[in-house]
Amino acid sequence: MTSPAPVQAEGGIRLEGLTKTFSGPQGPIHAVRGIDLSIAAGETAAMLGPNGAGKSTTIDMMLGLAKPDSGTVSVFGRPPHDAVNDGLVGAMLQTGQLIRDLSVRELVTMMAGLYPDPMGVDDALALTGLKDITGQRTQKLSGGQTQRVRLAVAIVCNPDLLILDEPTVALDVEGRREFWSIMRDFASRGKTVLFATHYLEEADANADRVILMAHGRIVADGPTTEIKARVGRRTLRATLPGVDPAKLAELPGVASADRHGDAVILTCSDSDQTIRALLERYPEAKDIEIVGAGLEAAFLELTGEPDIDESAVVVQ
Amino acid sequence: MRGLVYTRYELLRTFRNRRFYLFSFGFPLVFFWLLAAPQHNKIISHTGLTYAAYYMVSLASFGTMASMIATGARIAGERQVGWTRQLRISPLSVRAYFRAKVLTGYAMAILSLLLLYISGALLGVSLPAGRWLAMTGLIAVGLLPFAGLGVFIGHLVNTDSVGPLMGGLISILAFLGGTWFPITSGFLHSFGQFLPSWWLVQARNVALDGQGWDARGWVTVAAWTAIFAAGAAWAYRRDTGRV
Repeated sequence: MTSPAPVQAEGGIRLEGLTKTFSGPQGPIHAVRGIDLSIAAGETAAMLGPNGAGKSTTIDMMLGLAKPDSGTVSVFGRPPHDAVNDGLVGAMLQTGQLIRDLSVRELVTMMAGLYPDPMGVDDALALTGLKDITGQRTQKLSGGQTQRVRLAVAIVCNPDLLILDEPTVALDVEGRREFWSIMRDFASRGKTVLFATHYLEEADANADRVILMAHGRIVADGPTTEIKARVGRRTLRATLPGVDPAKLAELPGVASADRHGDAVILTCSDSDQTIRALLERYPEAKDIEIVGAGLEAAFLELTGEPDIDESAVVVQ
Repeated sequence: MRGLVYTRYELLRTFRNRRFYLFSFGFPLVFFWLLAAPQHNKIISHTGLTYAAYYMVSLASFGTMASMIATGARIAGERQVGWTRQLRISPLSVRAYFRAKVLTGYAMAILSLLLLYISGALLGVSLPAGRWLAMTGLIAVGLLPFAGLGVFIGHLVNTDSVGPLMGGLISILAFLGGTWFPITSGFLHSFGQFLPSWWLVQARNVALDGQGWDARGWVTVAAWTAIFAAGAAWAYRRDTGRV
């Protein structure tokens, strides 16, 4: 891929002019259409986007699982395969279960044995909260436990870069909370983390930076707060007769206001502020409902075209 | 070093998964005792071998062949749960991965072979130590094509079809190889000699006269080894998109 680079853990991750096209039954699928990205060492970045945005394909190329049609990937100054062999990268892929017939400890020990400089197996088990189930067979774990074992498998090599591809899709709220708290613990050791998600909330709560992807391209990239302001709009509906929409539009956190009969519809950039102010000034407001605008709307705004798979886009 | 750790746990997993015991151990043992025990000292015509000796090697061929092909089912299972991809983003080399799979198949095969040898000895099969060793060596070489075949089908088919495919392959190869009764003439005789399973079963001749395969046997086994190894490499590349 690229020429041998000096061995040093600086430079972070650099993707340049990355493209990847698959042949599908209805012609070519342009999964990734030109991505330039650099992630600094120590950064926690979220790749946010719906299914088909190109997140997983980009991750596959970063890991050396897929070969780019054009462009280059450099992970801490070396090609993906070398970075993997040097134990610099750990990853939890999107699809994947565990192999059966090993205990949790045996599986993690086996994986640690493949790497040049792993962390202790006990450390990995403790960090991922698996201390109490080390003797369990891998086929007898709950969904949340399975994901934590997969995380232990990804971090036992003590990687400088951890990649997580939609790690919490199958988890309940409690499982998610646990998972992300472990991830933040790990990131706080000065690690670089990149995770892909459908959920704005996850990106917001766990990343310093959000890379918004759609149609195989990066459509926005910036600090979480900035992206959130762009895509995190919510709609507040309430029954509130006889109030001028123009006055409602002056409430804090309101981007625009509209009226349909007795109902008012406020598009909010900060619905928390809006609801407080609304109830203070108009205590008679009732039937209040706040819903996320959905990333679809944000994508439409950012890309000027509707997304391929709208059903998969959720703002929690 | 790293490959060794992987091989160790691969062995542990394989022997914990009793699903494969049936074809590798249970089935050959049961049929050995059913077919050989009633008349174990009698000579089977055209072979010069006793029932005990004949079926000991025949069913050892069956069990060891099944052990090697079972690798395919394990690989297909790992592919389905995405574990193969997880291993590909570890420093485990492709070579070490294949080596572990093949060694595990051989470990199962050796156990199967031992069980049949013990059963044979119990029914009066008695050979000089050198012939036991020669026979074992010949079977080990005769299993090389099946090592390739296991990896080949493991990377070719999914878990739904791997079971029936394995069962079908083992049954046909065993039948045409002469596992169940001696095939001494006619089309099946001429055709069978082109199969790797035929020569696996022919390892029994060591018991008779200390002679193993003729040149044709070695060539056939070498050819099938090359064919299945190439097939395995092709299927792996196709499966992983690696060129």
